[in-house]
Amino acid sequence: MTWEELAITVTVFLPLLGAAIITFVPRRHEESAKSIALIVSLAAFVLSLAILAGYDWGARGIQFQLNVSWIEAAGINYHVGIDGISLPLFVLSYLLTFLCAVYSYHHIEEPGRPKAFLALMLMLQTGMAGCFIAFDLILFFVFWELVLVPMYFMIGIWGGPNRQYAAVKFFLYTLFGSVFMLVAFLALYFAAPERTFDILALQQMGAAGEFTANFQRLAFAAIFLGFAIKVPMWPFHTWLPDAHTEAPTVGSVLLAGILLKMGTYGFIRIALPILPDAAVEYAPIIGVLAVIAIIYGALCCLAQTDLKRLIAFSSVGHMGFVMLGIATLTPIGINAAIFGMVAHGVITGMLFFLAGSIKERYHTREIAEIGGGMVKTMPKMGVVLGLTAVASLGLPGLAGFWGEILALLAAFNPAPSLVDAGYLTLFRVLVVFGAVGTVLTAGYFLYMMQRVLMGEPPERWSEAGLRDISPIEWGAWMPLIVLTVLLGPAAFLVTGMTTPDVTTIMTTFLGG
Amino acid sequence: MSQVAWLIPALPAASALAIIFFGKRMPKGGAEVGILSLAIAFVLAVVVAIEVFSANVAAVADGGEAFLTTVGVELFPISAEAGINAGIRIDGLSAMMFLLVTFVSLMVHIYSLGYMAGEERFTWYFGLLSLFTMSMLILVVADNLMLLLVGWELVGVCSFLLIGFWWEQKSNSNAAIKAFLTTKSGDVGLVVGVITLWSVFGTFDISQIIAGVEAGAYNEGLLTFGLVALVLGVVGKSAQFPLHTWLPDAMAGPTPVSALIHAATMVTAGVFLIARLYPVYSAVPAAQATIAVIGAITLLMAGLLALVQDDVKKVLAYSTISQLGYMVAALGFSYTAGIFHLFTHGFFKALLFLGAGSIIHAAHSNNMSDMGGLAKVMPRTFYTFLIGSLALMAVPPLAGFWSKDEILVEAAAAGAYTGNLVLVLGAIGGAITVFYMTRVLYLVFAGEFRGYGHPHESPQTMTAPPVALAVPSLFIGLINLPLPAFQPYAFSAWTMFSTEYWVTHPIEFSPLIAFVAVTLAAAGFVVGRLMYRDAPVGDADPMLRLGLPTRILQEKYYLDRLYTDLITLTLVRDKLGAASVWLNDRVIDRIVYLAGAGTVGFGRGLYDVADQKGIDGLVNGVGQSTRWSGGRLRLAQSGNVQLYAGAMLAGVVVLAVVFAVG
Repeated sequence: MTWEELAITVTVFLPLLGAAIITFVPRRHEESAKSIALIVSLAAFVLSLAILAGYDWGARGIQFQLNVSWIEAAGINYHVGIDGISLPLFVLSYLLTFLCAVYSYHHIEEPGRPKAFLALMLMLQTGMAGCFIAFDLILFFVFWELVLVPMYFMIGIWGGPNRQYAAVKFFLYTLFGSVFMLVAFLALYFAAPERTFDILALQQMGAAGEFTANFQRLAFAAIFLGFAIKVPMWPFHTWLPDAHTEAPTVGSVLLAGILLKMGTYGFIRIALPILPDAAVEYAPIIGVLAVIAIIYGALCCLAQTDLKRLIAFSSVGHMGFVMLGIATLTPIGINAAIFGMVAHGVITGMLFFLAGSIKERYHTREIAEIGGGMVKTMPKMGVVLGLTAVASLGLPGLAGFWGEILALLAAFNPAPSLVDAGYLTLFRVLVVFGAVGTVLTAGYFLYMMQRVLMGEPPERWSEAGLRDISPIEWGAWMPLIVLTVLLGPAAFLVTGMTTPDVTTIMTTFLGG
Repeated sequence: MSQVAWLIPALPAASALAIIFFGKRMPKGGAEVGILSLAIAFVLAVVVAIEVFSANVAAVADGGEAFLTTVGVELFPISAEAGINAGIRIDGLSAMMFLLVTFVSLMVHIYSLGYMAGEERFTWYFGLLSLFTMSMLILVVADNLMLLLVGWELVGVCSFLLIGFWWEQKSNSNAAIKAFLTTKSGDVGLVVGVITLWSVFGTFDISQIIAGVEAGAYNEGLLTFGLVALVLGVVGKSAQFPLHTWLPDAMAGPTPVSALIHAATMVTAGVFLIARLYPVYSAVPAAQATIAVIGAITLLMAGLLALVQDDVKKVLAYSTISQLGYMVAALGFSYTAGIFHLFTHGFFKALLFLGAGSIIHAAHSNNMSDMGGLAKVMPRTFYTFLIGSLALMAVPPLAGFWSKDEILVEAAAAGAYTGNLVLVLGAIGGAITVFYMTRVLYLVFAGEFRGYGHPHESPQTMTAPPVALAVPSLFIGLINLPLPAFQPYAFSAWTMFSTEYWVTHPIEFSPLIAFVAVTLAAAGFVVGRLMYRDAPVGDADPMLRLGLPTRILQEKYYLDRLYTDLITLTLVRDKLGAASVWLNDRVIDRIVYLAGAGTVGFGRGLYDVADQKGIDGLVNGVGQSTRWSGGRLRLAQSGNVQLYAGAMLAGVVVLAVVFAVG
């Protein structure tokens, strides 16, 4: 076995091993769990960077591949590998987990218990990263489900007052979707001329037209349900505000930063290339739902009084742009979607960190109670929040811009198959509504900034001794702040990586 | 030299970073870095301008091509074929804008030394000034529409930060948000327009787009749509009717910022965009007509609004909107006339705003009813302000006369209903301009001081920049004298985008139009002098005693009420926002909840039925699983979670092993 073959396996399962080690830490040394988590997540992050460094950017197809039989009787393989589509999300998941480990030194919500908390977090890391490297449907599904449980406990134990409800809702809702997804995976297995769960093999069959139109429609609908709930697409999003509002900071960061992307990634990796004809049929629906999410998410944000809930709803709109990009079935659209995912992971991850630290200081998330003037009481925190907010509203020069503008660009020129099907006008109308959505997005963020950052701070905070950003917080945040600024001018870091494989998927499997 | 023109935006970019990160440790709080970088940028702009302008003069002489240099690199790919580029485009237009932007910005920087002295966020202010200038210069230098869009949006956010500079007061942050959102609404058109043009020509590159238009191979309907969409962006940014309402509120920012916004950056961006794409617009008459009509409406309606203002900055703000209307209208039929007015207006409007800042500084009020008699106590401010006013009033031979006259001549030459509309409204607008500026001059400078305290002349840093701006305000109009013999060496030749256009669109002079315009202006002055000689203020002010017209003008045609109160606050925020949340919580989430509750109820019913029928095995099974899950819940609630996490981990491992073996 060479490094090339083992790299991914080692990187993915190292956190799980770390979680196991942490469970053996005796209770009286509970605090040492933090160091273990930090070391493990840093090691895993370094390994992911090693994969990034060893990755050949110009090449197409998957690298670091390992394909061995796992459950021979059922034709299930341990097929892992990485390509330009998964690599950015893969590395981002390690970065965010590492930063969460750093942040845990600063604050873990009640009831504390770093041992359990960090073990769950590392377990979560294995599940998230696994989703991005699995090239076997069952393997993908195992990782997909593996994510669910730690997050359930994170919300259910470390969450806010309404945590039980939110955790159960999150769990059941996602499980509900993934059951349909699993059925579709099994159906694909049986419908394939040569029975297989291998994603690459199924993609080839999909491109060769091995699946009938009716089968594709049904299978796509089932897979759609699984992924759409995870994204979440309107109207399957209602678990998200509750989950985010109740979740502990680290949970929110990982939920927004990575978990949501598993859904959008699934569309790109599985749903579109394996079921290309159905993709063309469903794309207009996805596009319409995406634009509804953009407008609707922004409108809901305008009415929010809770800072964290506002950020949660903003995710609905931002993921709408990602889905709009995917719905165009064009290389530009998919590139926009992946860029949007990375940018949203960085920016919204940062926003949730901020929301957590604000709550920790003010002991409230109500915008009205915070009452403004944060730039005066905590200048550094205020400036960072301002910067992140304008990045989130899509200011050019910062990370949030390219995903949105390129999604709109792609939607104005959707794939030829969609044009032939007569959807050109529909998509162009969607562009206009999407662009209106950017104004509403700017509206609620500015409105939030006015009420939180600007104005004179209320009297009660002047003696409250609000501390500005702590050194640990700087450590956890600086990489995200740098990326927020860097991904604007250096968008190459993402699209340079994704373009070859996006082109392959779109031209080989979707003919667009 | 034009090869290194990218340094011109790079200098303020570098100084912005230096000021924001290190400014507080510098002796002058970072201001010296900003001023130095702008000074170098201005020198570079002069060098570039000399190179470009002389090349264009030579091209006119020998019939060669107009000067154009583009240098670009691909920033990143967006598909196998397409990418996003960053590049600079140096031609007559960008060389002219460099001059204007760097000069005015330099003056504003220097002036701010005095005006902002002692300000708590002095360093931050200068950082923003540099950033603002950089953004505008990126917009100007861009060789492709995507980069232009980037600069455009950056200008927007800088203006947001500067207008809301004193954000402790809610009215200021309101004004900042209003400016950003109103222009952003227009940007919907800009984004759609840029995307549409990409769709038509397959590129963002401006040279390629122009080449595509000249080749004639394009979808005309789509192009028209795209260009009209872009106009919406221009309407927002350049404060044209009906999206002009943000600009008067933008006066909430520090006055030097107003000078920068109104003269050189931000509002000129829209006008610049049309000029940049003039060869494209001239291929689509419908788009050109749209521009001309919007400009004509704007110049008149804003001029009327200026009549009833008491705040001197607001008079100037409406006058800016009106003058922008002239520029936009002019670009409906003449490239040179439009950008010449942009150029001259930049100098005298910057002068007027800096002068107004000086006056406000002295009188401690924005309101003209609290001023009066200031000519005696602040003579330098008075004389420079007077020069600016005369230039704005288009008094020959000052700057404004030549550029405004050119617009009217070109309008007359263009004819048809758009040309005639611009001619007639433009001439009337000229008289209105003279009238409201006469009113300002008498109310501010004549008579006795009506305010509180003892006004005095401003410090040197605040009087020197207006003097430096007064020189071009006096003479800059002469660079485009409409004499056939001079024209090959004039502004029209310097800034042309093609030699062919310069040859086919000569700059002419019409004694008749000049006579009528001057007569109307004189009438405006005479009426203004008669009414305001004794400086009537408050209820005595004739403009405030017109009844219904005064009321309509003071209510700004009720547009603010429509946009802010009715649409933004009531409809979008209170009604649509609340409705979305209601839909979310009461309908969509309710369905989810009911589905969940229904399932639970169904399961419970099933259990009861099964239980009553006494199917023991089933009962036992359900009972056991209930007990198990009950225990699990207790486990979770009792906080003994490590145990569970460990168990789950073990479960996953066992499962994997079982599957692997089986």
